[in-house]
Amino acid sequence: MADAQFGSAAPLPQGGIDDVELYHPHSWLTKYVFSQDAKIIAIQYSMTAMAIGLVALVLSWLVRLQLGFPGLVSFIGPKEYYQLITMHGMIMVIYLLTALFLGGFGNYLIPLMLGARDMVFPYVNMLSYWIYLLAVLVLVASFFAPGGPTGAGWTLYPPQAILSGTPGQEWGIVLMLLSLILFIIGFTMGGVNYVVTVLQARAPGMTLMRMPLTIWGIFTATILALLAFPALFVGAVMMLLDRLLGTSFFMPAIIEAGQRLRYGGGSPILFQHLFWFFGHPEVYIVALPAFGIVSDLISTHARKNIFGYRMMVWAIVAIGALSFVVWAHHMYVSGMNPYFGFFFATTTLVIAIPTAIKVYNWVLTLWRGDIHLTLPMLFAIAFIVTFLNGGLTGLFLGNVVVDVPLSDTMFVVAHFHMVMGVAPILVIFGGIYHWYPKVTGRMLDERLGQLHFWATFLGAYAIFFPMHYLGLMGVPRRYFDIEGLSFATPSVATLNAFVSVVAFLVGAAQIAFLFNLAHSLRHGAPAGGNPWRATTLEWQTPQTPPPHGNWGPALPVVYRWAYDYSVPGAAQDFIPQNQPDIRPDRSPGPVAAPA
Amino acid sequence: MALVLVLIALGSIAFHLLSPWWWTPIASNWGYIDSTLIITFWITGFVFTAIVLFVAYCLVRFRHAPGRRAAYEPENRRLEGWLTGLTALGVAALLAPGLFVWNQFVRVPQNASEIEIVAQQWRWAYRLPGADGRLGASDIRHVSDENPLGLDPQDAAARDDLVIDADLHLPLGRPVKVLLRSTDVVHNFYVPEFRAKMDIIPGMVTYFWFTPTRTGTFDALCNEVCGTNHYAMRGRVVVEGEAAYSSWLREQTTFANFAGGGERGRRVARREAPPVR
Ligand code: HEM
Ligand SMILES: [Cu+2]
Ligand SMILES: [Cu+2]
Repeated sequence: MADAQFGSAAPLPQGGIDDVELYHPHSWLTKYVFSQDAKIIAIQYSMTAMAIGLVALVLSWLVRLQLGFPGLVSFIGPKEYYQLITMHGMIMVIYLLTALFLGGFGNYLIPLMLGARDMVFPYVNMLSYWIYLLAVLVLVASFFAPGGPTGAGWTLYPPQAILSGTPGQEWGIVLMLLSLILFIIGFTMGGVNYVVTVLQARAPGMTLMRMPLTIWGIFTATILALLAFPALFVGAVMMLLDRLLGTSFFMPAIIEAGQRLRYGGGSPILFQHLFWFFGHPEVYIVALPAFGIVSDLISTHARKNIFGYRMMVWAIVAIGALSFVVWAHHMYVSGMNPYFGFFFATTTLVIAIPTAIKVYNWVLTLWRGDIHLTLPMLFAIAFIVTFLNGGLTGLFLGNVVVDVPLSDTMFVVAHFHMVMGVAPILVIFGGIYHWYPKVTGRMLDERLGQLHFWATFLGAYAIFFPMHYLGLMGVPRRYFDIEGLSFATPSVATLNAFVSVVAFLVGAAQIAFLFNLAHSLRHGAPAGGNPWRATTLEWQTPQTPPPHGNWGPALPVVYRWAYDYSVPGAAQDFIPQNQPDIRPDRSPGPVAAPA
Repeated sequence: MALVLVLIALGSIAFHLLSPWWWTPIASNWGYIDSTLIITFWITGFVFTAIVLFVAYCLVRFRHAPGRRAAYEPENRRLEGWLTGLTALGVAALLAPGLFVWNQFVRVPQNASEIEIVAQQWRWAYRLPGADGRLGASDIRHVSDENPLGLDPQDAAARDDLVIDADLHLPLGRPVKVLLRSTDVVHNFYVPEFRAKMDIIPGMVTYFWFTPTRTGTFDALCNEVCGTNHYAMRGRVVVEGEAAYSSWLREQTTFANFAGGGERGRRVARREAPPVR
């Protein structure tokens, strides 16, 4: 049983697709710009996402500037403040994290880790990126539109999102909705690719239960996204109609500034259901790839198989499935039927079980390992700490009655930043330190990396841990100014100033990272093909960086799962997935390698 | 790294115990919510400390050294089973009190008196039942400068309702069912000391209930983003003893009289930024 699972009992695989079947680019333009190579598309996605993410980072500085030092700068009034938080939140969640994990890591790793030559539909894959870029440009355009970007909050709740009391009512909200619609179209094109490639293009011998967890995470997240984004799409289209054509999907009868508007009969709460039907799975669209990647980082750098692989796979699938029946935990005090609270609190807390299993298994992978504290490992451990912290505060907010005082306070802001801001970003950094050598053939600089790591990890914890306690006091989120509230004591102001200063430092530390990325491209130490002595296929390519088509004349053949580290009796402490000989103590005689 | 993890675990506990930032003293019957919160702090705090310290231990004990080799152990059904079981138990220990208290939250006591809060960008107005003890009909169609809350002028039950355009007063120790109405966008009525809150949705009436248990003056905040001046949409609730409350009540205007004073209505309807405090 165990052998069938982890060993190499698969029948001898047949050879792969011939190289000639691929479309090969003929000019510089089609090779590097309008490229259909998933690896180039991955880099395009990643660079665009990081560029717009940098904008969001700067916006968060401005937000912290106002919260830490109210009134210090004159160009941030309430209107600008709401625009800042809205754009910051939306960019971070959608245009940075979703795009980077699926479009960036997904495109790079799916074909390579599965032993495929490319995505199944390379042309559609290319379109996916260009539409994403267009979505980003439309979003950026809203900064320059009359009235500025929307300040409706990233949740865009109608009616306020499209009424004149909210900044950006003229153009901002329209461009935001258009940009989201474009993003979803672009994402769908990529998403179809990821799913079909995982299902159809795996190398011979790569059974589903031999896939690295990174792929399981990205695969499941993509399915979630394909099912969840349509809800947002519908919501965005309807709101756009409400705004532009005066329909009333989400608009009841309204008196605005003494004037009766020509709306009536719509339901604001319907939008909230649509939004969170997307919004909650979105958390896992970001988290599941992070779960997968961090599993592989921990396993590789602790030189030990991931503990409980099958449990890990089932936990990913279970979390994915459950994430569609918890959405209304964002709406406990929304005025929906309060009896829903019983159901959604139960489903939400049940999700904690598979999630906890994942945490245990990461930790148990460290147990009796051979832990190398490399940069990817440091980031992985930091992820465990922050994710654990954020996951546990989720038990407060999920447990309906505890959420009542805490909802829409700084506690929520602290919680979701820990769990879906800081934790996944730490994984992204860890992943970049891990795979950069494959992408470029060079190592990132260790000392800059250490500086970047410690500043980011400790800084982020110092920003968001104390913030919970402000929320517990009752400090509301999305408040331009808390001046005048009875609990806005001088000590609260001090804490806010402290948090802001740390936030500036954390932001500044990212310069070390960007510099490292650019500098090491030329000056990094040569990495070789497999610097981490890892088992998975992307480290076994004949060339580094892998060329178009990845594998040269013959596809790799897979004989084992992705986690044969420190196998007793094996000569080295890792056995690549495409290495045929079997662990001597487990099975009789070696299987002959195919020609 | 291990040292840092130990410091994080201990530092977080120390921060929790020693920092001056904690909830405001409660002023309602929802002490149960606070208790559930404390239970949650205990359970999650324990899990957090245990796991972080365990990771720190692993980092010291299993740190790479020349010649060291990791164990090979793909699965351990028993251990995984135990951990799953224990987690399920922990989750149940959180959920049970949570749902128990929620069951009280959703059931409004029979003897609760109804009051109404009407939100609009960016101010609060309140309505109390008149002598008949009932809140009369209202509809957004009736809203005008003279009738900012949109009460039905034909409805006798509405004509004697008290319309309040200043601080809300509540009698100590009597349960209230708060009905919430908005004429424009989504708002939320939140008094941190009461712990309870609820969104206010235009086009429908939402509600929640509580019993004030401490006299005093409390800040009420809008707690759902509602436009540019959301942060300044504040109000005040005064909880006072029976005698003080009755004398305050006598000074309030009924809708019938209020309708006469159009200037006051216009002030309510005008959507100007509230005075900065
Ligand atoms: C150094 C990094 C960051 C800092 C200092 C920061 C800070 C903030 C602040 C101060 C707010 C406004 C809180 C309020 O008053 O409502 C905010 C909102 C938000 N942030 Fe971040 N943030 C950071 C990174 C991120 C990341 C990585 C994400 C990705 C998930 C993220 C997602 C959000 C979201 C969704 C909102 C809510 C926006 C809204 O209320 O509409 N942030 N952030
Ligand atoms: Cu959720
Ligand atoms: Cu409001």
